[in-house]
Amino acid sequence: MPLENIQNIVLVLSGKGGVGKSSITTQLALTLSLQGHSVGVLDIDLTGPSIPRFFGIEEKKVRQAPGGWIPVPVHDAQTLAPQARYTAKDIGALSCMSLGFILASRGDAVIWRGPKKTAMVRQFLTDVLWPPLDFLLIDTPPGTSDEHISLLETLLKQTSLPSAPPNQLAGAVVVTTPQAISISDVKKELNFCKKTGIRVLGVVENMAGFVCPNCSECTNVFSKGGGEVMASDFEVPFLGSVPIDPAFVMLIEEGARPVYPKGTVVEGREVGSERVADANGTANANGAAKELLVDKYRDCSLFPLFDGIVGRLVADVHSRN
Amino acid sequence: MAPSLEEPTQVDFDAPLKAAPKLVAPEPEHCPGPESQAAGTADSCAGCPNQAICASAPKGPDPDIPLITARLSSITHKLLVLSGKGGVGKSTFSTMLAHGFASNPDHTVGVMDTDICGPSIPKMMGVEDESIHVTGEGMEPVWVTGNLGVMSVQFMLPNRDDAVIWRGAKKNGLIKKFLMEVAWGELDFLVVDTPPGTSDEHLSVNSYLKGAGVDGAVLVTTPQEVSLLDVRKEIDFCRKAGIRIIGIVENMSGFVCPGCKHESQIFRASTGGARKLALEEGIPFLGAVPLDPRIGMACDFGESFLDAFPDSPACVAIRGVVRRVAKEMGIAGDVLGES
Repeated sequence: MPLENIQNIVLVLSGKGGVGKSSITTQLALTLSLQGHSVGVLDIDLTGPSIPRFFGIEEKKVRQAPGGWIPVPVHDAQTLAPQARYTAKDIGALSCMSLGFILASRGDAVIWRGPKKTAMVRQFLTDVLWPPLDFLLIDTPPGTSDEHISLLETLLKQTSLPSAPPNQLAGAVVVTTPQAISISDVKKELNFCKKTGIRVLGVVENMAGFVCPNCSECTNVFSKGGGEVMASDFEVPFLGSVPIDPAFVMLIEEGARPVYPKGTVVEGREVGSERVADANGTANANGAAKELLVDKYRDCSLFPLFDGIVGRLVADVHSRN
Repeated sequence: MAPSLEEPTQVDFDAPLKAAPKLVAPEPEHCPGPESQAAGTADSCAGCPNQAICASAPKGPDPDIPLITARLSSITHKLLVLSGKGGVGKSTFSTMLAHGFASNPDHTVGVMDTDICGPSIPKMMGVEDESIHVTGEGMEPVWVTGNLGVMSVQFMLPNRDDAVIWRGAKKNGLIKKFLMEVAWGELDFLVVDTPPGTSDEHLSVNSYLKGAGVDGAVLVTTPQEVSLLDVRKEIDFCRKAGIRIIGIVENMSGFVCPGCKHESQIFRASTGGARKLALEEGIPFLGAVPLDPRIGMACDFGESFLDAFPDSPACVAIRGVVRRVAKEMGIAGDVLGES
């Protein structure tokens, strides 16, 4: 059983599309890796896989080995060289699996009805040869339909086998954006978790506020605070609000190391630097391509936030094992 | 050898659907679909408890399709709003489009929400707490204004936060029910809002509406490549399914800081955005709508943004897009009824 060497499985869910499930999954994975855990990311969004794009590995392909598929490695376990702001750091290995790696062309539509999707999800859960992992993050498509039902059916069966590590299915991180439209869909997802007996590890409110790079005024583009209210309504932990950071988008889209105006402070930590990006943040897109994504992510203003979120998640998960 | 899906489209779009038989067990993996012509005879049907039922069900086209076609014959223009990606503003745009068309008192407009698992239209229209009345004619849509009606699964839920945990086949059944039984009456426009992706809902809407005739699809995207990636797939879907693409709208394009009026590209178009995609694919670019926090607020409160802030740049852009959509559909005169 390929899932046996995985210690903890965490689902990333949201009833609403485009709230940043894949973005949050990516950052959780990078942060877990930076904290020294070995991580796998499984993307079961079959009609719109985004994970290959987020990790910058769109051109990679999955390899076939006896007994299953080998996931695509993002980076191996290694020690990051010390830098101006950081000491040397041991990071865990990170690998991904997505339908995007199997498609012949990135523009191809996957037009499948439910039963076919069910089969694919099950194959992803049973036929991928994951290396020993501390955490497997599963990124899901929006909604509460075929993919979710199949995922949970298969997972609940597999994780209750006597050979599975105890409490292997740790629970779900639910992502929302602050506005009421999104909250009303995500409430459906929380009810889905309740019905299926999945523990909600917490709610993350994404896209909460945008800080104007010109005048530093924070605008709540999609209003604010909805996620926290919802979490308390449903009596589940609230993990934190994540603002919109155009530098993170740049990091993903163009591989540019995030730079901020001097004096930018996030979670009590100075993240600004002398090298100020121009209005569009294209200061140092060149030459950054060969650096590791995980290394560059340490410079992102969202990293300190996720460092805290992941720290609490890991402590919570470990306290139950 | 790397495993590869050389032919990801396993669906025959032109195959006439036959009526789905009553099944005794859930559909197995790789089920060809109980409506398909191969039902009961495909390789994957071996050993399925439904096999005999599927194989003996009457073949030939679904007898309900002519009923749907007849029911929808009183609707002049039918429009799909599609996007491969979630959260790019399909429902927001559908709402705006409907409000835009309905701002002309001569038009009657309907909106059908086919997003079963995450219906947003009722909340955006401010009719979330309504429920459906059934008359001798069929199900009566919920009327937002005198000339704007809405139909959504949300109206059927006993508790509005209930999750609809349905597999594809069940969702298809509901969409068919909506198309067959909703008494729209005489409509000038029917806007069909869809969920993200290219799956059951999309295939069903396409095959059920084929007979009735669809004017085309409007694609919605945001500027960044992560979203365009999924929209390319949707274009591929439309081409394969033979749905005409009316054009593509770029939503959340640029954000003007209310404090200093500095414009930031929150979702940066690093690959040229929708404009370049439209050019590459040879489809019309309908316009770009800037990100305005008041649009989200208007949606949360179920108000029409077009009525609330008629002078804002976003509103001007939306009006432009609505006019352009009407033009691409070949509607003469000013669709907004302003001149």
